[in-house]
Amino acid sequence: MTATTTHTIGDRVIETTVPVGAHYAEGTILDPNGPLASGADAHADADADAVVLDETVAPLAPWSARLLAGQTLTIVDVGGNQSADFLVYNAQDTLERYSTPDTLAWQQNAYLRQGSILRSNLGRPLMTVTGNEIDRQDTIGGACSKESNTLRYGFHTEHQHGCRENFLAEAARHGLGARDLVSNINWFMNVPVEADGTLGIVDGMSAPGKRVALRAEMDVLVIVSNCPQMNNPCNDFNCTPLRMIVTSPALATKENHA
Amino acid sequence: MTSIADDHQTDSVLAARADARAQAVRTADYMPYRPASTSPVVPDGVDRNSLVWAETVAPGGYTHRVIARGTRLRLDDPTGSACAHVILYNALETNERLNVADTIKIPWQAYLGTGHPLLSGDGRALATITADTSGRHDTFCGTSTDESATARYGSAAPEGPSPSGRSRFLLAAAKHGLSGRDLPPSVSFFQGVHVEADGGLTFTGSAGEGTHVELVAELPLLVLIVNVPHPLDPSNDYLVGPLRVHAWPGAPTLPGDPQFTATPEVNRAYLNSIDYAEARGL
Ligand SMILES: [Zn+2]
Repeated sequence: MTATTTHTIGDRVIETTVPVGAHYAEGTILDPNGPLASGADAHADADADAVVLDETVAPLAPWSARLLAGQTLTIVDVGGNQSADFLVYNAQDTLERYSTPDTLAWQQNAYLRQGSILRSNLGRPLMTVTGNEIDRQDTIGGACSKESNTLRYGFHTEHQHGCRENFLAEAARHGLGARDLVSNINWFMNVPVEADGTLGIVDGMSAPGKRVALRAEMDVLVIVSNCPQMNNPCNDFNCTPLRMIVTSPALATKENHA
Repeated sequence: MTSIADDHQTDSVLAARADARAQAVRTADYMPYRPASTSPVVPDGVDRNSLVWAETVAPGGYTHRVIARGTRLRLDDPTGSACAHVILYNALETNERLNVADTIKIPWQAYLGTGHPLLSGDGRALATITADTSGRHDTFCGTSTDESATARYGSAAPEGPSPSGRSRFLLAAAKHGLSGRDLPPSVSFFQGVHVEADGGLTFTGSAGEGTHVELVAELPLLVLIVNVPHPLDPSNDYLVGPLRVHAWPGAPTLPGDPQFTATPEVNRAYLNSIDYAEARGL
């Protein structure tokens, strides 16, 4: 007989033979926190902002949203050290999309931090990191996939759900496909490059409730994979939720209603 | 609180690398076997060293491959609860793809079985069923969608316990540069549907454990296979079994084979496939 597990979906309970990936352990500390806004006086600004979207991304799941120019996305690492694999596109013309090399070359630094500008393949600002509670954020580690898992961990991992599956599934909802996936950002993931060039994913520097805030510099489409990886420390071997909060500056909201 | 992280030493790059490399000795119930000759369940009569594809597809999983003309593709349902949803494409021109309507109309037969061709919309045989010990297949109901899976199971999330067939086909297709517009109706193997006199579609389910279906590729094929419950499967649980896939080289249906002239229609389909293949220098 094929092994089954039991899942509760809303008010239903189903048995399934699908080898669903692991969710966080009982007793895991979760801190949903709240919006993080730009500027030194972050909380004062955040209170003035209007929340236009506030969603939780379940462990292992994909997510996407459109932001208008000027809106801010706060990503909360609710359980700590949970990689938020992240892609961003010009919402008006998705041929313009996030570019790791343009972002890194422009800032002449391999890590993302407060003030980093997320640049497109045309060199233009898509978003700006206006708030950041982690020492450094990753954009060189790429996304996990069932295929690359076989290279890193062995063929026995090929059936496991991965970020590339999430990216493809979510991208398809916006008419995008494999050719639209590029090197991504991994918020809350830690990929040091050592003096001799050695690099890899190691234990994270985040903690429950840590946040990053991104201001849209143009209308953007954001696609996120809440990373399902359980073979390396990018999720602390304990997949937890992400909270996504989109806020509009109070002034911009008034202008929109004018 | 003890956690899985306690079993891993990953606080430096070299420690993380060692931790990753130490995992490679593991196996899983659902995995590809590489090289294919290492398959634990080689079909009877097949030389394991000739295998070009060997894999056990997980419940809710999918697989996909480009296979050469003449390749034999065998699907096994070891538990009697697999459901192999299949779409075929001419690998050289993927706008030529399985046409389920022609596949049942041209042979004058709705139920798939040995000798049944899988036809494209371009008048060619993409594949032929060369063996079938199940006899429970379906050409009417296609596969599940997020809409139908959500209605049945409460969720169709790609990471969840009840993914839809179409969402799995989308992922498989994406890996060959194809998208939703490239997903025609699929056929499914190992879970039967019968058409009643009034047109009613009756789910007849599985023929039991240990059946298999074998196809031969009449052209170079892109094969997409999804293993999810049949849309008419009455269970509100998602209880699909593992699916085994093996492939090895062989010859397409050619003059002299009894199958080549089995019916006038299929004969012309093979002539069309051969005509195409010869012009391409295959
Ligand atoms: Zn991942």
